[in-house]
Amino acid sequence: MGEADDYILKVSNLKVEIQNQIILENLSFKIKKGTMLAIVGPNGAGKTMLFKTLLNLIPYSGKVEWEKKVKIGYVPQNISVKDIPISVKEFLSYRSKADIESALSAVKLDDKSILNKTLGILSGGQLRRVLIAWALMDNPNVLLFDEPTVGVDIGGEESIFFMLNEMKKKRNITMLLITHDLHLVKEYTDQLLGLNKCLTFFGDSQRIAEPALQQKIYGETVCLAEA
Amino acid sequence: MVDTLIFSLIVGASVGFAAGYLGSIMVLEKMALVGDAMSHVALPGLAIGVLFHFNPLLGGFIFLFVSAILIWHLGRVTKLSFETLVGAAFTLALAVGILLFKDLDTLEAALFGDIAQVDLWSAIAAIGISIAVVLLTRLIYRKIVLSLISEELAISKGISVAKTNLLYLLLVSATVAIGIQITGTLLVGFLVVTPAAAARMVSGNLSRYLALSAVIGATSAISGVLLSGYFNILPGPLVVISGVVIFIGMIIIRWRKKMNT
Repeated sequence: MGEADDYILKVSNLKVEIQNQIILENLSFKIKKGTMLAIVGPNGAGKTMLFKTLLNLIPYSGKVEWEKKVKIGYVPQNISVKDIPISVKEFLSYRSKADIESALSAVKLDDKSILNKTLGILSGGQLRRVLIAWALMDNPNVLLFDEPTVGVDIGGEESIFFMLNEMKKKRNITMLLITHDLHLVKEYTDQLLGLNKCLTFFGDSQRIAEPALQQKIYGETVCLAEA
Repeated sequence: MVDTLIFSLIVGASVGFAAGYLGSIMVLEKMALVGDAMSHVALPGLAIGVLFHFNPLLGGFIFLFVSAILIWHLGRVTKLSFETLVGAAFTLALAVGILLFKDLDTLEAALFGDIAQVDLWSAIAAIGISIAVVLLTRLIYRKIVLSLISEELAISKGISVAKTNLLYLLLVSATVAIGIQITGTLLVGFLVVTPAAAARMVSGNLSRYLALSAVIGATSAISGVLLSGYFNILPGPLVVISGVVIFIGMIIIRWRKKMNT
């Protein structure tokens, strides 16, 4: 098997412009199958826009090449469930009529009483787990997750990352996570992509511990030509 | 007279059911007043029907449909909310409608409904349109709920939010158009708002909410028409009052439930 076959995603010279404003530019990188990639960067760096581009939801120039027949699961950052009386069971049945209980048990929500609870009354951690179950229901090869721990208490953040990491290993899912949890990036992810409209870093996640690298990612932008 | 009452009951039950069903989305979308305001858009169409001697309801129907498409298109171009656009359109329509109505009696019938004009054909049309509205609403319900939870999630599942919104506005127009016969343009908004609000009080999941909203819509309309036959007064206000009584009942049920837990 050649090296090229190991890549599930190849992005080259990606540029996104909305209403004459450059959102992303000169972005080139490749992701290997089974990688857990953390995407980090300051607010307004274009992280969510990168996801939308990868999902082909917005126009762009350059190349986004997914491996053929790839199945992508997506969990957005902002969801509003407070005013909608939709139960967990109903929500998951919108995705698939497949075995809802086993989908929930895969995300460690084994108590069956959760099926009839409305999404609006779940805790932040439970809601994120339900969203992960939603995204995993039709067995995707790739999961794009925009801030997995938003609304989750500090103790719960690590358990979400731990669970995602276990799933990655068990199902060989490639995961792209937008995150601000730098303390978890080193322990649970394989690679790191620094973004601030352009690529500011691409490499081993272990390096996130280096203060100089954090300064590079969150400080003044120095763009890399390619990954 | 008996025929008129039976036909009115059929129209009331079917439009109440369809409006309650469709209205449940409007309340979720926080667009309750859009349905109300949309109803006034029918007024110039009704007036044109009267002026040119064709069925005023057909005029109202066409006006509502064309306005729905225009509002949808303007929403896409200007990025303004439906609420804002419908708000602007309904005041204009009301102004034009009042200017076009030369005869105050026909204006009154348009504003408050005229049960005497409900005949076999209106009943058949109401049943047909209501069935179509319920079936089409079933088709788009999940899509709309998903786009309410997250538009990105909906788009990533291949749902065209814009197309769904257009169909939804057209369904609101159709429901309003048939409801006008019973309640008039002034009160038809009730049918898409209050039953859903009442159902929301006691529903723990979407299926129950939808079903209950439709049943409350039909019950309000039937009670209003029956009371109107009994007291020999306009059905519109009685439909509204029946619905509000149910709404208050649901608030009490919810309150008692909370007290017991």
